[in-house]
Amino acid sequence: MTNRLMLTLNGEPRELPSPLTVAGLLAAIGLDTRKVAVERNEEIVPRSAYHATHLASGDALEIVHFIGGG
Amino acid sequence: MDLDFSDEDITRYSRHILLGEVGGTGQARLRAARVLVVGAGGLGSPLLLYLAAAGIGTIGVVDDDHVELSNLQRQIAHRTADLGRAKADSAADAARAINPGISLVTHPTRLDPDNALALVSAYDIVCDGTDNFATRFLLSDACVLARRTLVSAAVLRFEGQLATFKPHAAGDLPCYRCLYPEPPPAGLVQSCGEAGVLGAVTGVMGTLQATEVLKEVLGIGDTLAGRLLIWDALAMRFRTIRLRRDPACPACGAAATLHDLSHHRLAAPAPACAV
Repeated sequence: MTNRLMLTLNGEPRELPSPLTVAGLLAAIGLDTRKVAVERNEEIVPRSAYHATHLASGDALEIVHFIGGG
Repeated sequence: MDLDFSDEDITRYSRHILLGEVGGTGQARLRAARVLVVGAGGLGSPLLLYLAAAGIGTIGVVDDDHVELSNLQRQIAHRTADLGRAKADSAADAARAINPGISLVTHPTRLDPDNALALVSAYDIVCDGTDNFATRFLLSDACVLARRTLVSAAVLRFEGQLATFKPHAAGDLPCYRCLYPEPPPAGLVQSCGEAGVLGAVTGVMGTLQATEVLKEVLGIGDTLAGRLLIWDALAMRFRTIRLRRDPACPACGAAATLHDLSHHRLAAPAPACAV
């Protein structure tokens, strides 16, 4: 039986299958890793750690969009 | 440090000198400081004007663009009469009109891999208000190599981001590449020219950037280094997120691979705010 993860994504509750990494989450929601940063529990996850960072129920995630205008 | 001020300057800076955190010593620190503003656009305009008004003694302005009509909705250092002028000159004139007692150095050139290190090395603190990712990464790498503090702001549509990067300081602090390891492929992230930007949003972010520069020079308050400030103007929500050094960062990590700026000669420019 698959465990379910209860996450908060951009302020909205989301239920996703466990286990799930940050890389898996971005793939599941269809976001290109090259144009975002990911904030987990008020801390940016380094891109080099996306595959090794496993999400846990209760995690709050926000997607930070890469912007560069001046 | 030279603490002598003319009567005129004591009056000009009296509201600073009244602040216990600034005082005469702090005002002398501001006068002794050298700050480089890269990009005299939406962010650079308020940033430059507030730094000049605050009495930063030497301010460099880097911009190779000329003032265009579509700039004037937000780039408040330039006026309609400045259309066609070099932005570095126009912005420096606006700053001089506010404070003739400081030194403004114009660099009407594009930041490139050949001039970046010498430019940033000539200043104490560097500010990124540029409009494209190629220059943002070049400037960040130059600051890491030259061990200069970088106060970086960015805008798009109704959103702003602000961070201070000083990986050379104590505490394993991050650089820009710890947040964004490499520029997004061309076309993946929209530019202000494609997506637009609310003019006042650039004003708020440039003013927050000026505040952080003044705090760094004065050594007061909590540094923004190690944090990223995100402002959503539509929701009117400010968030601050912790930002740590990425051990795998190519610029400031333990096994950093970027030891010079030569890789920037190969990079294709990706405009983020072409107008």
